[in-house]
Amino acid sequence: MATDPAAVPGTEFSPGLPVGLASDEGEAPPGIGPYQLAWRRLRRNRVALAFGGLFLLMVVLCLLAPVYAHDIAHTGPNDPHITDVIKINGKPTNVVSTLGIPIGPTWHGRFFLGADATGRDIAVRLLYGGRNSLQIGAEATLLTILLATIFGIIAGYFRGVADGLISRAFDLIWAYPVYLLGIALGVSLQVGGLDLGLFKIQGNTLILTALIIGFIYVPYVGKPVRGQVLGLREREFIDAARQQGLGSLRIMFGELLPNVASTIIVFIPLILANAVLTEAGLSFLGAGVHDPNPSWGTMITDGIKLVPGAIHLVLVPGLMLVLTVLGINVFGDGVRDALDPRAKVRIEH
Amino acid sequence: MARFAVRRLASMVAVMFAISILTFLLFQVLPNSDPSTRLAGRTASPTQIAKIRSDWGFDKPIYVQYIKTMGKILNGTVTSYQQQLPVEDQIRQDLPTTLSLAIGAGVIWLALGILFGVLSAWRAGRWLDRGLTVLSLVGVSMPVFFLGAVLSYYIGDKARILPAGDYVALTSDPWQWFKHMLMPWFALSVLFIGVYSRILRSTILDTINDDYVRTARAKGLSERQVMIRHVLRNSLIPIVSLWGLDFASVLGGGAILTETVFNLHGVGQYAAQSVEGLDIPPVLVITMFGAFAVVLLSAVVDIVYAALDPRIRL
Repeated sequence: MATDPAAVPGTEFSPGLPVGLASDEGEAPPGIGPYQLAWRRLRRNRVALAFGGLFLLMVVLCLLAPVYAHDIAHTGPNDPHITDVIKINGKPTNVVSTLGIPIGPTWHGRFFLGADATGRDIAVRLLYGGRNSLQIGAEATLLTILLATIFGIIAGYFRGVADGLISRAFDLIWAYPVYLLGIALGVSLQVGGLDLGLFKIQGNTLILTALIIGFIYVPYVGKPVRGQVLGLREREFIDAARQQGLGSLRIMFGELLPNVASTIIVFIPLILANAVLTEAGLSFLGAGVHDPNPSWGTMITDGIKLVPGAIHLVLVPGLMLVLTVLGINVFGDGVRDALDPRAKVRIEH
Repeated sequence: MARFAVRRLASMVAVMFAISILTFLLFQVLPNSDPSTRLAGRTASPTQIAKIRSDWGFDKPIYVQYIKTMGKILNGTVTSYQQQLPVEDQIRQDLPTTLSLAIGAGVIWLALGILFGVLSAWRAGRWLDRGLTVLSLVGVSMPVFFLGAVLSYYIGDKARILPAGDYVALTSDPWQWFKHMLMPWFALSVLFIGVYSRILRSTILDTINDDYVRTARAKGLSERQVMIRHVLRNSLIPIVSLWGLDFASVLGGGAILTETVFNLHGVGQYAAQSVEGLDIPPVLVITMFGAFAVVLLSAVVDIVYAALDPRIRL
């Protein structure tokens, strides 16, 4: 496939010369692919890069959760310290007061950001929870992009019956309000798990929440991909590929996929941001991640139950979530502008 | 035109039928949750369980159960497992709350979305545009229940400017109704304002370069007339159709997070509370009606479009 110039990602819609040709001619300008151009534009967008860095920082912090728990906080994410007494400025203080109000931030190694109602260290749970939230977001995004790409390309390429079936399925999923479908799937699957014959998925696991969220967002990417393929399949390079005797599979994934790749790339941060937010929402409704597993959504939910007493239980995971999603969104915006300054892409709730 | 409308409505009915089957199946596949054992209580004998199973029709084939359930939904006689109250009475009781939330928030997010979008496009690239872009990005990155919880704590509990939650009926006290709804309206609108203003901004910037806009300028119309009569009018089409769908979704229980965090006893909160008790009938009915609302509104939007723009009637 690498010898086929059409299979090199993006050469199809490049205004410049194909990479192979350009290198043969000494005086011609060096061939710049659209992705190289996009990277140059993105590199100049300092704001997008800074927010992308913010997101990366969050990811790294969450990945370091076990290190923080072991070496700094000296406690695990699920270890209750409800009856513990710690020293703050030399004064012994209950981790959870007799009225049930947990302590606020100590700004020290232990309970750096305070404790929750059962005396668990918020900072430790925040990092472990972030790991879960981001893991669910990443898995859901992977599933959405994979299914949407495959079904979108098949529907657009074959048209007819295949398109009818796939498009109607997209319409059906799309018709449900996101959170209603989420809790409906959440309740019906979280109890007993999912049995797909070949492999079983246990109920009440993180991967199940990720699957539900990933499934819900498929039409939001699949529809635009299908639309683009419908237009592309009439173009000359597809005719040429067919004349060369390439099979449908080669045409779909060797010729069409590279041409819808930029659309798909633009959707990745958008879906990731929405998947992380949806996990939080579903956990808030009791149809996502469940205790004792921490996630930013469950932490905010636990905090809301104690709100008048301890607002930091809401603010800490909430701000972490907003900053992370904002990082993804601003960076994704930059990527979109870099790839195609005129593109219009959105996700609705 | 009439033919298009009929065809569009027929396909809408087909989609609704498919939705009813899909929603029903969704709750049928619910594993190890035989409702009869739960309905019977903890100390039930096998004969009692068997009686409940046959009374509720859980022993019938799946298509018989489907037809029976749909019949009950049409008659308005579905009852919840837990309190065994008619689901549709409860929904009718909750609907005014959801309607208050949807209409108020819908007006706010449409008006501010258009205002911010126009300002952003008008000052594209300047500081006002950048500020509004940042604001809208923050808006779309904010989970509504987090925003709601923080607002009701600082404005409701701390500053006591507005009540922190609950619903007061419009008919009992209009001023209290308004005060109680203000925060939920705002919290729900933030996301949509961010989305709408960004879409409108990019649509306007696309439209400004269209040929007919150049024609309008060339024939000597003032900049104001060009912007309002030509650019804005055309740019508003996607926004208004989107509004129809989002409004339907909120009305159909899509504002479940907002209703829950502000303790508004609306359709969404009813669904959320039923989920906690694994009470299937209300969740089934609300999920189905929510999807119906979206399908209905999208058919209406398509027909209105076709009436306005003959090119769509394919």
